[in-house]
Amino acid sequence: MTIIEKIWDSHVVYQQPGAPALLYIDLHLIHEVTSPQAFQGLRERGLKVRRPDLTVATTDHSIPTTDRSLPIVDEIAARQVAQLEANCREFDIPLYGIHSDRQGIVHVIGPELGLTQPGMTVVCGDSHTATHGAFGALAFGIGTSEIEHVLATQCLLQRKSKTLQVRVDGALKPGVSAKDIILALIARIGIGGGTGSIIEYTGNAIRALSMEERMTVCNMTIEGGARAGLVAPDDTTFQYLHGRPHAPKGAEWDAAVARWKQLVTDADATYGRTITIDAGALEPMITFGTNPGMGIPIGAPVPEPSQVSDPGEREALQQALTYMGLEGGKPLAGHPVNVVFIGSCTNSRISDLRTAARLLAGRKVNPKVRVLVVPGSQEVKRQAIAEGLPEIFRAAGAEWREPGCSMCIAMNGDSVAAGQYSLSTSNRNFEGRQGKGARTFLASPLTAAASAITGVVTDVRTLL
Amino acid sequence: MKFQMLQSRMVPMPQRNIDTDQIIPARFLKTISKEGLGDNLFCDWRYDAQGKPKADFILNQPRAAGAQVLLAGDNFGCGSSREHAPWALMQFGFRALISTSFADIFRANSLKNGLLPVIVPADVHAALFDAVASDRNVEVRIDLQNQTLTTPDGRTVEFPVDSFSKHCLLEGVDEIGYTLQHQAEIAAFEARRVGSVNTTA
Repeated sequence: MTIIEKIWDSHVVYQQPGAPALLYIDLHLIHEVTSPQAFQGLRERGLKVRRPDLTVATTDHSIPTTDRSLPIVDEIAARQVAQLEANCREFDIPLYGIHSDRQGIVHVIGPELGLTQPGMTVVCGDSHTATHGAFGALAFGIGTSEIEHVLATQCLLQRKSKTLQVRVDGALKPGVSAKDIILALIARIGIGGGTGSIIEYTGNAIRALSMEERMTVCNMTIEGGARAGLVAPDDTTFQYLHGRPHAPKGAEWDAAVARWKQLVTDADATYGRTITIDAGALEPMITFGTNPGMGIPIGAPVPEPSQVSDPGEREALQQALTYMGLEGGKPLAGHPVNVVFIGSCTNSRISDLRTAARLLAGRKVNPKVRVLVVPGSQEVKRQAIAEGLPEIFRAAGAEWREPGCSMCIAMNGDSVAAGQYSLSTSNRNFEGRQGKGARTFLASPLTAAASAITGVVTDVRTLL
Repeated sequence: MKFQMLQSRMVPMPQRNIDTDQIIPARFLKTISKEGLGDNLFCDWRYDAQGKPKADFILNQPRAAGAQVLLAGDNFGCGSSREHAPWALMQFGFRALISTSFADIFRANSLKNGLLPVIVPADVHAALFDAVASDRNVEVRIDLQNQTLTTPDGRTVEFPVDSFSKHCLLEGVDEIGYTLQHQAEIAAFEARRVGSVNTTA
């Protein structure tokens, strides 16, 4: 059996022939944007939350990243945040709210608090829930109806997905990072390539990644269409978890590790499909278009519509290039950028900030570029302060903000103006994602920091 | 919401990979209700900078009024898990979607709201776009009980729906109600769980 099937089987509460499995959920994460209608549904049915002790909430999507001692100016956002606070009070759900010292992006704080553990089922009303798969958990995004279902029953009705192995072997070259692995995979399989599947990432290049890097890879699984992606736990996982606030302690820790060590894919197990990637052949990746599958190695030319034979694909490419204001056949390197965003559930953890700071230390960002650095959580912020990173960012000319989703989804006031180019460490380059008419290039923190310095899309290896 | 059968004109949107950020942009997700989303369906494609409807966008044309079927390009509904997308589509008046494929989370969200995603083979998909291009008033008939789509030229094509979702849609079964019938099994499962976290600790 694969680890995916092992976790699935150990969570089936009940299954009627022909019906989907009733799957138990070990951890339910909640945020302000997708939950209000679910709580309203509970109220209308007169139901309680079955397991508040397996549920945790935070505010991240619609909150400002500026001074938190001030009230939220956007009245609609303020009402949504207040509604989450009221819902958590009414239903006894622990909330790391806007003034909590543990507030942060939901996919940053779950792991950080030690709540996300191997072998768990984890859900959240957010497609980037796949992030938690880095711990060998089966973690996927759900809609608001399903949030209500989990709140009421701690279960979900689910059908088994196909399995897809993504095997990455070899050593990454300098300047190439976890973000480039996942951008390269999505460029290869396309934005719908993983639909109906759950991915297991395997291979020695995945084993060599830190937990934060594995989270970056798993985070963008959904951008390839797969609802969940995971990495079997190993010593790297156990070391990360040890001593975290909600990780097991003492004898319970030893018992947990013994259980977690069973969470491996058996040697004779088979996957529905396998894709292999040579890590040593990867280059820093960047997207040029309007979905995350439209990515190229940074030195490669943007594809030319005239070279695409499939008419539907040609039209999609032409439409994307028109929106982006780009011409096919030319490389992106050297293209001016107006904004650099370092943050999001993909790349806002301490290692991402350290990477960017190392490159920015002693340098200045290009005066034409607005650079926003948004830590993923209060914990990341504290660590960054302890290491002196905010001073490095500020001295270089970047803005240092409070934790949240910020410019990744641009619903909190942090946005890119129409027609401007953003080089972003986030996960989506859809039309208007970072602001109406905004144009997004997705890349790694290394590429983002390098481009912040030069003011143009830059191959970081020229600065290393 | 129940779904049984419908006959309707189609609104063609052939673009591939239409993501849920296009269906309903994130700035409309600050609401705490499900209401009022239909007016902002495809907002950034539908209105100009002054907020006036763009005449060349299909949802602003008379042909879209009263149409219950959206004929969409491949991989419709990819990206964000926001259920606001099916809510907005339904509030506009759509009850069924036809494509070669739908993104997983979007498809699940749609089924839970009585918005039926109909998956057809590529040749049928292309023929439907051709049919609606030559005559915008052609209709399709979607019969959930028999899992059939009847094309404008009278062809009957079967489409897949899992038996449970079909039953729920036909009978208007409430999934939470279904699961609550299994509280004894849930409690028994909880009794044998090990290694649980406690978020309240």
